[in-house]
Amino acid sequence: MRMEYIGVSEINGPLLVLEGVYGVGYDEMCDIVLESGEHRAGRVIMLEGDRAVVQVFQGTHGLSLENLATYFYGRPIQLPLSREILGRMFNGSGKPVDGLGKIYSQEYRDINGSAINPISRKYPRSCIYTGISAIDGMSTLIQGQKLPIFSGSGMRHNELAAQIVRQARVPEGDGEFAIVFAAMGVKNDAADFFRRDFEEAGALQRVVMFMNLAADPIIERILTPRCALTAAEFLAFVCGYHVLVIMTDMTSYCESLREFSSSKGEIPSRKGFPSYLYSDLASLYERAGIIEGLPGSVTQVPILTMPNDDITHPIPDLTGYITEGQIVLDRELDQAKLYPPIAVLPSLSRLMKDGIGKGFTREDHPALANQLFSSYAKVQEARSLAGVIGEDELSPADKKYLEFGKLFEEGFVRQTSQDDREISQTLDTGWEALSVLPPGELDRVDVPLLQKYYKKEIAPLDPSQPPGSAITI
Amino acid sequence: MSCEIFSINGPVIKLKGASTLEMMESVRVGRQELIGEVVGVKGDETVVQVYEDTSGLKPGEPAKGTGGPMSIELGPGLLYNVFDGIARSLKAVEKHSGAFIARGLNVGALDRDKKWNVTLKVKEGDMIDIGTIYAECPETGIITHHCPSPVKGIARNVVADGFYSVNDAILEVVDAKGRITVLTLMQTWAIRKPRPVKERLPISMPLITGQRIIDTLFPIAKGGCAAVPGPFGAGKTIIQHQLAKWSDADIIIYLGCGERGNEMTQVLEEFGELQDPKSGKPLLERTVLLANTSNMPVAAREASVYTGMTIAEYYRDMGYHVALMADSTSRWAEALREISGRLEEMPAEEGFPAYLPSRLAEFYERGGYMSVLSGREGSVTVIGAVSPQGGDFSEPVTQNTKRFVRAFWALDRSLAYARHFPSINWISSYSEYIDDLAPWYESRLGWEFFELRQRISRLLMEESRLVEIVKLIGADILPDDQKLIIEVARLVRVGFLQQNAYHETDTYVPLEKQKKMLEVYLHFYDSARVLVERSIPIGQLRDTGISDELIRIKYDTPNDNLKVFDVYKEKIDKAIASVLETNTT
Repeated sequence: MRMEYIGVSEINGPLLVLEGVYGVGYDEMCDIVLESGEHRAGRVIMLEGDRAVVQVFQGTHGLSLENLATYFYGRPIQLPLSREILGRMFNGSGKPVDGLGKIYSQEYRDINGSAINPISRKYPRSCIYTGISAIDGMSTLIQGQKLPIFSGSGMRHNELAAQIVRQARVPEGDGEFAIVFAAMGVKNDAADFFRRDFEEAGALQRVVMFMNLAADPIIERILTPRCALTAAEFLAFVCGYHVLVIMTDMTSYCESLREFSSSKGEIPSRKGFPSYLYSDLASLYERAGIIEGLPGSVTQVPILTMPNDDITHPIPDLTGYITEGQIVLDRELDQAKLYPPIAVLPSLSRLMKDGIGKGFTREDHPALANQLFSSYAKVQEARSLAGVIGEDELSPADKKYLEFGKLFEEGFVRQTSQDDREISQTLDTGWEALSVLPPGELDRVDVPLLQKYYKKEIAPLDPSQPPGSAITI
Repeated sequence: MSCEIFSINGPVIKLKGASTLEMMESVRVGRQELIGEVVGVKGDETVVQVYEDTSGLKPGEPAKGTGGPMSIELGPGLLYNVFDGIARSLKAVEKHSGAFIARGLNVGALDRDKKWNVTLKVKEGDMIDIGTIYAECPETGIITHHCPSPVKGIARNVVADGFYSVNDAILEVVDAKGRITVLTLMQTWAIRKPRPVKERLPISMPLITGQRIIDTLFPIAKGGCAAVPGPFGAGKTIIQHQLAKWSDADIIIYLGCGERGNEMTQVLEEFGELQDPKSGKPLLERTVLLANTSNMPVAAREASVYTGMTIAEYYRDMGYHVALMADSTSRWAEALREISGRLEEMPAEEGFPAYLPSRLAEFYERGGYMSVLSGREGSVTVIGAVSPQGGDFSEPVTQNTKRFVRAFWALDRSLAYARHFPSINWISSYSEYIDDLAPWYESRLGWEFFELRQRISRLLMEESRLVEIVKLIGADILPDDQKLIIEVARLVRVGFLQQNAYHETDTYVPLEKQKKMLEVYLHFYDSARVLVERSIPIGQLRDTGISDELIRIKYDTPNDNLKVFDVYKEKIDKAIASVLETNTT
């Protein structure tokens, strides 16, 4: 039986308060019909006796205490799903907006999902190639991982996101690959850019898009990532795709959460964000993973713009504590027109160590990445020293590091947005840069690898010498 | 006593008509019987925090009390198993609801069907005290489970040795008033109530971890408490994993409190494969895993630290040394904050409730080295990870934790960026246990160990001062003796303090080898002073390749043959002699 309630007793921001409500459940969906015939969707967010507080997705403008009727569905928000969603575009709450009609659904799913049992998970091991050296080589993305990109306003994260969508692929034989793209609070121009870019690259057929624009209602923005992840889980665990979910921009999402929380009159925590921001973000990010015995995987690359480039701001901070690493974009590199402006040192992929190397990418990958990190860290030391005493005063070793640093940034990190590098090409470029340094400085690579990949002649190993002694050219 | 739901706001619900519910009583809420706990009583209104998702609950649905506080099942079968924050077996949950966790599942911790090979330790007519071990059974290949009695009285109807499941009656205990209690292998305990002990003993033994910077510079005692604060990416979890794998505790309780699901999978996988160095059996056989990941309900996250502590105390009461790894206590504190916010309590510092310090104190004070009721000795060592907001150690959780722990391993973002692991900062970390443990170290490693340790810390302190100068004016300006300090400190930093968790030999290093390594580095320092006296640049010594060799000492020397270290001392002497020679000719 469907109950209808005429009128409301209070309107406050996006919230309606209904009185005399019976038999309605927490988190239930409702349909709000205006006198004009317009429909809006709502959700129950608090119940107290016969009072129900309902949030309205499309905003409360034009509503009065009397000009509407509310119908409760008796169930939480669900998304209709079928394989047909590939190639389609939806708004933030999962309604098709590409004019191709509605989805004939195979099944309906609650968009809130439920927690994956930790013992049913399978530990992620296989990688996703992005064709971008700084990611593939240094912070490899692994299937089932959540690896955010920390950017700042004005940096070229949109271009990077588009490049990842175009180029991302799983190793051959791993199965089919699809992308779910969720845009939250993006500007119209950016939305256009993405749509055009995917279309031109012919990638549209493997992409599902959920678009919530900057001027769309904030409540819908709170639903957007949930719809996207529900679609991704369906494509992965039912249809068997390896799904990469790109969510941009998480900062807009968190801000709409804050706006919504304050309109509910909740006690604010850090910087006005609600105290449950961590749990809320976790309920999204933790939906990445692989399940033992089921096909497919859900991998997430959320993108967020750090307010004022501050990595300690609650949004990047809490995100970093939940996700398995981060890719950090750097303002200085961006201003130096280095694309992609990935700051290699603070970037990290926690799952990388188990998904690279022999049997996955190439045997030398772990040691090489380790060595590049360690050597590049020394470049920074040499640079800061050069800044004080001048480049000429540096020791010969430090000068070598400066040379390596330059080669690494220009040859390895820098690439064009159309450049799609194979993993072997990425690794070889890394060795090329390292070969500027004398082999004695390469303390993270063992001798056999050095002999195989180092780009200069190395004297054969003297068998009389004990292992681990320094190598000389 | 029945009552009904009045209001619902996330995990916090209010009941009406329930005047008999006690504070902290466990309740079942709604038709699905979700598990909850009373957190406030006011007139006719009872406030309950629910441990499961409350979607779909309706006002007017029934709720009922269980008559007791939130309790968990204790007994054989905890080891080699995984539980959520309120000790429901996740394997059983998977059987009921598949890969995704459903709500309202009423599953216990222990397997009801499994038969254990029980040996009785009491006879008909024996006097039993609280804590008396009345039965034991091999729980895993490594650990024997001893059942401590929860009651006092005379034993009767004692069964014969044999195979029993956790529900089978083992014996009856008749107390002074004639009340009869049936004991099985299983008992329940309220998680927020510390289990009683005979007395607290002074700290005297270290928890050996095989991690050089911890064992040598900042040791932790059995029965002590340590905090590992660090920003994300600094390697908190890896340190916790390393300690769980290699520390010489008998039992490990690994608590994933509000952390990543994939991480728990990794622990499960790795600990199932890795062998306990003492017995050669999988590490999981001495481990209890609690996994309340960040997307599981927040109220259960709040309860999970008490669940972990209760299980730890239970094994302590059998006379075991237990280490409880809590990763991360900040998530617990945030759960407190989240629930406190929902209860509309007045926030104190940074939105955390004013009772945060007292809760932290209650938790850490449950650790300790105890003489337990059965007369044995056991300990609970607590190692809590802290995830400070923005990596800023001045935030309330870190600051308040510091007051209740005596070992503090501060992780450093800049060390982590330079891939220096473990990224424990040797300047800002400390351990107050060092004096308590001094007699033990001296009896095992000789008095000179402390001198070595002292010299190394002084060298590192001196270096950090010099590095400040070098940053400003470059290393060339320093006099030779200070250059030597920088060089030796570099060897110690890279060769000794850095430890490779993924390297076969380096992942665990016995104390004796740690001492030998210190000796070699200090030998290098002492011998190279000859060069300083003769104004020969240290660079020449480095050019002989001896430094690189000393840095690789951790990989190139076996853990069990310490004679090879003498070879290194000879090599140092030879290298110095050769430098001297080139300078005289």
